[in-house]
Amino acid sequence: MDFLTLIQVLDSTMRMATPLLLACLAGLFSERAGIFDIGLEGKMLMAAFFSAAVAAATGNVWLGLLSGVASSLVLSGLHGLASITFRGNQLISGVALNFLASGLTVLIAESWFRQGGRTPSLLTDGRFNGIELPFAIGPADAAAADRPLNELIKEAGPIQQLYSELISGHSILVYVALLFVPLTWWVLFRTRFGLRLRAVGENPAAVDTAGVSVQGLRFAAVGICGLLCGIAGAYLATGLQAGFVREMTSGRGYIALAALIFAKWRPWHALGACLLFGLLQAIALRFQSIQFGGFTIPVQVMDALPYILTVVILAGFVGKAIPPRAGGQPYVKER
Amino acid sequence: MTAPAIELKGISKAFGPVQANKDISISVQPGTIHGIIGENGAGKSTLMSILYGFYKADKGEIWIKGTKTEIPDSQAAISAGIGMVFQHFKLVENFTVLENIVLGAEDSGLLMPSLSRARKELKELEEEYELYVDPDKRIDEIGVGLQQRVEILKALYRKADILILDEPTGVLTPPEADQLFRILDRLRSEGKTIILITHKLREIMEYTDTVSVMRRGEMNATVKTSESSPEQLAELMVGRKVLLRVDKVPARPGKPVLEIENLSVVDSAGVERVKGIDLTVRAGEILGLAGVAGNGQSELLEVLGGMRVGTGTIRVNGAPLPLSGSGSDARSRRHAGIAHVPEDRQREGLIMDFHAWENIGFGYHREEIYRKGVLLNNAALRADTEAKMAKFDVRPPNPWLAAKSFSGGNQQKLVVAREIERNPDLLLIGQPTRGVDIGAIEFIHQQIVALRDQGKAILLVSVELEEILSLSDRVAVMFDGKIMGERPADQTDEKELGLMMAGVAGEAA
Amino acid sequence: MEKMPKWADVVLIPVISLLLAALISAIVILLIGESPIEALDLMVEGALGSTNGWGYTLYYATNFLFTGLAVAVAAHAGLFNIGGEGQAMLGGLGLAIVCLYIPFPHWSIALLVAGLGAGLFGAAWAAIPAYLQAKRGSHIVITTIMFNFIAAAVLNYMLVNTLKPKGSMEPATGRFPESAQLPSLHDILAPIGIEFSKSSPANVTLFVGIAACVVVWGLIWHTPLGHEIRALGKSERGAVYAGISPVRTVMITMLISGALCGLMATNNVMGEAERLVLNATEGAGFIGIAVALMGRNHPFGVFLAAILFGFLYQGGAELALWTNIPSELIVVIQALVILFTGALDNMVRMPIEKIFLALRKENA
Repeated sequence: MDFLTLIQVLDSTMRMATPLLLACLAGLFSERAGIFDIGLEGKMLMAAFFSAAVAAATGNVWLGLLSGVASSLVLSGLHGLASITFRGNQLISGVALNFLASGLTVLIAESWFRQGGRTPSLLTDGRFNGIELPFAIGPADAAAADRPLNELIKEAGPIQQLYSELISGHSILVYVALLFVPLTWWVLFRTRFGLRLRAVGENPAAVDTAGVSVQGLRFAAVGICGLLCGIAGAYLATGLQAGFVREMTSGRGYIALAALIFAKWRPWHALGACLLFGLLQAIALRFQSIQFGGFTIPVQVMDALPYILTVVILAGFVGKAIPPRAGGQPYVKER
Repeated sequence: MTAPAIELKGISKAFGPVQANKDISISVQPGTIHGIIGENGAGKSTLMSILYGFYKADKGEIWIKGTKTEIPDSQAAISAGIGMVFQHFKLVENFTVLENIVLGAEDSGLLMPSLSRARKELKELEEEYELYVDPDKRIDEIGVGLQQRVEILKALYRKADILILDEPTGVLTPPEADQLFRILDRLRSEGKTIILITHKLREIMEYTDTVSVMRRGEMNATVKTSESSPEQLAELMVGRKVLLRVDKVPARPGKPVLEIENLSVVDSAGVERVKGIDLTVRAGEILGLAGVAGNGQSELLEVLGGMRVGTGTIRVNGAPLPLSGSGSDARSRRHAGIAHVPEDRQREGLIMDFHAWENIGFGYHREEIYRKGVLLNNAALRADTEAKMAKFDVRPPNPWLAAKSFSGGNQQKLVVAREIERNPDLLLIGQPTRGVDIGAIEFIHQQIVALRDQGKAILLVSVELEEILSLSDRVAVMFDGKIMGERPADQTDEKELGLMMAGVAGEAA
Repeated sequence: MEKMPKWADVVLIPVISLLLAALISAIVILLIGESPIEALDLMVEGALGSTNGWGYTLYYATNFLFTGLAVAVAAHAGLFNIGGEGQAMLGGLGLAIVCLYIPFPHWSIALLVAGLGAGLFGAAWAAIPAYLQAKRGSHIVITTIMFNFIAAAVLNYMLVNTLKPKGSMEPATGRFPESAQLPSLHDILAPIGIEFSKSSPANVTLFVGIAACVVVWGLIWHTPLGHEIRALGKSERGAVYAGISPVRTVMITMLISGALCGLMATNNVMGEAERLVLNATEGAGFIGIAVALMGRNHPFGVFLAAILFGFLYQGGAELALWTNIPSELIVVIQALVILFTGALDNMVRMPIEKIFLALRKENA
């Protein structure tokens, strides 16, 4: 594998990691506040569909993003209603919302577009396109030189390759996702809201007796979760790909959940975990089968690898993960 | 005359069909310690939760310092100057002391300025009231006594001048409790008003200025402490004369039934809870194990009952029993002739959603008498339950009711009936009367003594010194995982045991 | 003190939840621009209006019986088995191997041995998450979800690389031999003079499913093991106190649950397709969740709920055929049923409890 291939795999890693990272941080906010959310998948799927649908209809990707986030927030609201207001089972609520998204997206897609449960392919304006950073080699340079872009990149020096392929040329949402890592850290550990949020996931009674609304905090956390899942879904349909296809999240919500556990609910570690899973996906995408010392690893193993790895992590063979103490339990005032 | 610090007028509160508070009125003068005493379930905590905005009263008014005040939530209570120290502390365990104090009372959206101001203010408070605690320690690194201080500091930081303490000494050693009362005394002298909720008469008599007695949701009386007597208060509390001593003939101890040698228990967090103890319980005697909650008694009981693993040696009737691996589970213990009434009947001794008859078979469900081939003999279980309910006067005597539908006393009778009727050689019994009404306490105590008189060995664990002293033939005290000493029950008193419970070793027993 | 009579808990609340789900589904249908009344008409006609419709309804119901029971058994132990889909896939794999490689003299022996193979494979697939939950505390919900994905990869690999007949492009096994094909409901009912559609897929495994209901009922409420499973589900500390090993009980419960899912293959793979294809389970593992919730984890409730969902699936297929409503409508209904009977249970329950309390006060 030459340097450029490596760079390209890493570049692809960034793209694959972005929806995972956004969803992982979404889950982080929710679970830090004590609300388990296995409905990340459904929220992403819902947002993917609505962002693609609205972007396709209006030709405006920002309107698409907004609708995606709004639809994800609606599911968040339902999850909050079930698990905070009515103190229902958070896991069951998550499962239900995943099915709801899975069914509704295809149902509405069929009703609106009649293309077998997908949206029309998005054109340039309907998508988040790559942002070319200064001094990077991009499509504009290729057009100016009237040569294919990959040739230009191939000829460039290693630093320029690294810069142009890996660092430059991503859509804005990739950079936004990266920005959310320090932001999340700062909010959690440097603000009043963060202190209260972490407290409500550990011991909601402490927050309640201090005169702060447990429900309010948890709804806020679930809301942030919806927002981030919305962006993640929108990136899938309007950044990573050009339109919505049924079940396009293909388990990313669950992988994000695994990354969250792997990261032990910490923002910087979440970045690391998501990059690792992104790398796995990027490798699987690029190399259909891998030769490994005369032994061929079938493509199915690559497909299953993130899930296998997650199980290994969950089994605690890579450090014990202790979730927020009040996680998964509805708050009931003690008599 | 100054306005009362707190005045409650006609407070009523019902939870579904249960009337927790009935038309309660009290008035507390500023700068005094006012005690509220009553049995478990008398409605004390409910009343205080209403005052702290946890519940809304169905009826009644709250007046604070002469003004009628609505307290819809805790925030309102805090702004009215009320602080509360709950029985179970409301602290975030993996936060520092400082973070816990600031939580909910931050100055602004950013954390750092709040924390540094709080650090300064904390220093002043510490000096003013002699409430020293390291602000940067995490809560799970400090002991319960200090945790309680943090709770008090939390209230003071919020400028509380009315402080409610709910059963504050339950988890403290006697010296820690003394220290707490010195702090409360100091707070009183600074003009703070203190409400002390307790079921311990001694605390009321020693430290309060006035006292209210609650029984079954009603306020029975409010008197000046100096003008009342323990007997009078006890009678008001339970509604009739109580026997403080259990009638029993002297024990005739026989051969050793349970022998414990060098037993140690390490919990799942890696903390050594029981540290190489030796104990012997003989046939026909009750060994009472006293100690403040959390000093290893629970773990000892659990390891004997087969709920935990340990190291060392235990023998029952001379035969060694494994402490880990196969044959160390609770079922094997039952086969070895050990019956176990666990400390927590709601989480361990009973399955609250099971019918009474299923609970009577609980733990013994694989025994021949409850079997019909591979199936359970449900009819036999029900018949057995009816018999046990009659014998132990369980009310209502309906085997089909779920365990959760019985009162605490009747739940405990179900457990005790199940375990005692197995006719065990050794009975392990933890907190036999926690949350049990007076009538049932007497009955359960009699059953325990009767079992002793049949020549059985009994190991009793209780955090109620009074219960230990009145039931036991011998008393051992546990502190920090070790046995501090043993005494014949008739040759010791609360004071000596209290010292041992605080880790001051008695003379070698 | 019970807040309301048992029948309200067991019948009234599920029915109200179902009505709520139906109401919202009707609104969705309206929004698509179709008529809910006509849709319901079409569903009833298509699913219950002919023995052919009934045949499909019962065929689907049989699938859901197995997965519903599986989820219910696990739920009694406090375990949420979302892995039914993967366990059913592996069940299909085990069954296919038995049917393809062992010659049988009669379908009844084939059913017995193939069922054993299917159950074993399903149980094995549940065993790993169960072990990780019991021994290492890995959350079984997440691990079983992961195992669904892994199962799909395993099945894909086996079909493409090993089981596919030579020369075939489709990732599926060849047709099972004649002797491993099960009698359909038509074959069974004809001798006793009942005319049942010849083309419908309902088959003898319906009775296996009903028998499974009875066995599970006996297991849960009439055996020491059932007592232990339910005790563990209510209180782990209590189980330990009673000498019930949580590890052993979790393992056994999940093995039973996985085996039940695996057994589904006798219906969809052996009884209907008569060969193993990639997407044989068609989400039935997940529908088991809704069926168990709706049926209150009781085998009789599961039976009724399975029939209901069988009706919905067959009716939904008819809708997709004759209207513009895609069959994903059923996924939406399924989601709503899970939402209302599972997560939003209190929303339905609390007002009803209040009504009963008020009624009682009035009578008192």
